[in-house]
Amino acid sequence: MYRYDEYDQHIVNERVEQFRDQVRRRLSGELTEEEFMPLRLQNGLYMQIHGYMLRIAVPYGLVSSKQMRMFAHIARTYDRGYGHFTTRQNIQFNWLKLQDTPNILADLASVEMHAIQTSGNCVRNITSDEYAGVAQDEVVDPRPYAEVLRQWSTFHPEFAYLPRKFKIAISGGQQDRAAIYAHDIGLSATRNAQGEIGFRVLVGGGLGRTPIIGSVICEFVPWQHILTYVESILRIYNQYGRRDNKYKARIKILVKALGIEEFKRQVEADWADIKDGPGTLTAEEVRRVTSFFIDPDYEILTDHDSKLSEFKADSRSFSNWMLRNVKPHRVPGYAIVVLSLKKPGQPPGDATAEQMEAIADLADRYSYGEARITHQQNLVLADVRQKDLIRLWQEASIHELTSPNIGLLTDIISCPGAEFCTLANARSIPLAKMIAERFENLDFQHDIGEITLNISGCVNACGQHHIGNIGITGVEKKDHDEWYQVSLGGAEGNESSIGKIIGPSFTFNQVPEVINRLLQVYLRERMEAERFIDTVRRIGHAPFKEYVYATEFVAEDQDVDKHVIVPAQYSVPYYSPRF
Amino acid sequence: MIIKNKTIVADEWTVLRLSDQDSPDTVTVPVGKIIVPLQVWLQRRDELQQRPEIGVWLATDERPETLREDVCKFSVIAVDFPRFSDGRGYSIAYNLRARLGFTGELRAMGDVLRDQLFYMQRVGFDAFAPRPDRSIEEALKGLNDFSDVYQTSFDQKQPLFRRVQRKGNPAAGLNNE
Repeated sequence: MYRYDEYDQHIVNERVEQFRDQVRRRLSGELTEEEFMPLRLQNGLYMQIHGYMLRIAVPYGLVSSKQMRMFAHIARTYDRGYGHFTTRQNIQFNWLKLQDTPNILADLASVEMHAIQTSGNCVRNITSDEYAGVAQDEVVDPRPYAEVLRQWSTFHPEFAYLPRKFKIAISGGQQDRAAIYAHDIGLSATRNAQGEIGFRVLVGGGLGRTPIIGSVICEFVPWQHILTYVESILRIYNQYGRRDNKYKARIKILVKALGIEEFKRQVEADWADIKDGPGTLTAEEVRRVTSFFIDPDYEILTDHDSKLSEFKADSRSFSNWMLRNVKPHRVPGYAIVVLSLKKPGQPPGDATAEQMEAIADLADRYSYGEARITHQQNLVLADVRQKDLIRLWQEASIHELTSPNIGLLTDIISCPGAEFCTLANARSIPLAKMIAERFENLDFQHDIGEITLNISGCVNACGQHHIGNIGITGVEKKDHDEWYQVSLGGAEGNESSIGKIIGPSFTFNQVPEVINRLLQVYLRERMEAERFIDTVRRIGHAPFKEYVYATEFVAEDQDVDKHVIVPAQYSVPYYSPRF
Repeated sequence: MIIKNKTIVADEWTVLRLSDQDSPDTVTVPVGKIIVPLQVWLQRRDELQQRPEIGVWLATDERPETLREDVCKFSVIAVDFPRFSDGRGYSIAYNLRARLGFTGELRAMGDVLRDQLFYMQRVGFDAFAPRPDRSIEEALKGLNDFSDVYQTSFDQKQPLFRRVQRKGNPAAGLNNE
């Protein structure tokens, strides 16, 4: 993976000192909260219900074992012993104190990490394919370009106060695994007929209140020009994006208002001035950055391991895990392993300090000391020898990292929800837990097969509910009760689509039954090996809608509060908005 | 006082702002070094360009290209930041410098605070009128937050990767040393 040189390290160190001084000025009252807010946000520091939440950038999801151990250290020293992996391949800690944050950033800098631009109205952490470099369908390894873009966007002076946040995702496989259609800019690294590398550039995708699939602005931007092309897109957006209404401020609204043709014309008029200028990427720089992403010393192996087949035959849990959590690798004898952070009953994406250390150890022993965070909030060990799979599975099982549910119903994507976040209308994590417990039966899950279930506590869509086959959103109601809308038919990848709401919203306790009814319709209607999403596309929403609302929901006299997380026990943090 | 070329100096200029009663074509433009609103300049160009020195200021929703033919006439162009979260002024400055070739004093005014100054100087501002309720000495420190940068802007025409020899991965035989 990429390693900092003295320039990278120096810039990150200076950031730590700058932020230390900003925190000092805030604590002394020299800065008002209003003035401090945009500064802390550019360092990923949010003020939430219980305290400060710090989001740490994990560039394109790639993390070394040393860095993973640092997460464990932060969880133990400054937080409550765990962290939360996010849909943008980052990690966040929810229970921090403001006065600790400069030291946390210094700890991170010591392992070549930071929290720069993980929030605020600026270019956020670049995300990418979690199988980059090892996927069988890869056309171009996107990681060097993701790193080049990371450096270009870090402290870009012109684009730090955009109308709204700005997210870039990049993929390089035939299949999109980075949700590039749902980003402000989506880049698909590809090759033209001459074999030259370039990017298909999408713009104006996004979720939130107005979910829109990105439009193609250019079919092929040669690699040399990608930085200047992105710069021109941002310059047009910075000048003309709406600033009067935060819900209409994302680039997707500008692109929609102008139309993709006019937007493209404006971008390319700006670009004409800087194209071929000094911002043009050089072959030397691409070579340098690419040198950090060379293959590890793979052994010459074959794909068939008789021990593995024997053990699979003996152990049903192992064979289930092989089926769902182990993916094909482009090198014979190797496999990609997905460690599940979706054990039913646990908050999706959460990992304890002990689990993080276990993951670091597993990465060291079985995967060249590296791991990846997926946008489905799981972890990946990308380079595992097939002959190590049994031992890896046994060891990871001890740490509850082997739920064989990748891509299945209980592999739920969820935002932190109303217990943590001031924006959310409803709880997400307890709902995810309740759903996972209801459908815990593995045979049932395997029978249902591939399906995505995404939960967001509000319309801001951090849980990406619009692109879940089933999407759940917490909605605002006058009585301040928790209500949830259910949508159907969303999908990510090459066949991205936005889900449609099926009808009136439901209470917390009704949601698992709603999902059950949707699944019953699927089981009744599916043809052979058809996936849930394919059935939805074939038969449409009507049969699902009809069945869900056909009969009353039996009132459940459950203790509604049984999953509520106990509020923070330590003293109230500085300037918390709710206390 | 303002910050100019990284030092604190007396401000020789007066900024003319229109009140609700004023109209651009009739407002009195006092004698001396005055920075007038764009609308005043556009409506009274012939009169104002007779002056030995004149400045103009832009609001963030005004377009710098409006001054395409005129930039050489100004000693000062200022950009007013209504709120410091309004980042349009950064692109206005970049366009004035890089596209319109303005070489005079480019001043940031309005909600201008210490922590923006580093970025502002990068896109081409060389003068800063920090918010009057804040220490200008403190604000001056903001210009030195970082000693190196990755990307091009107006202040730095070459990106880091063209300026210096950077280290590749030694394991890949790319040490560059």
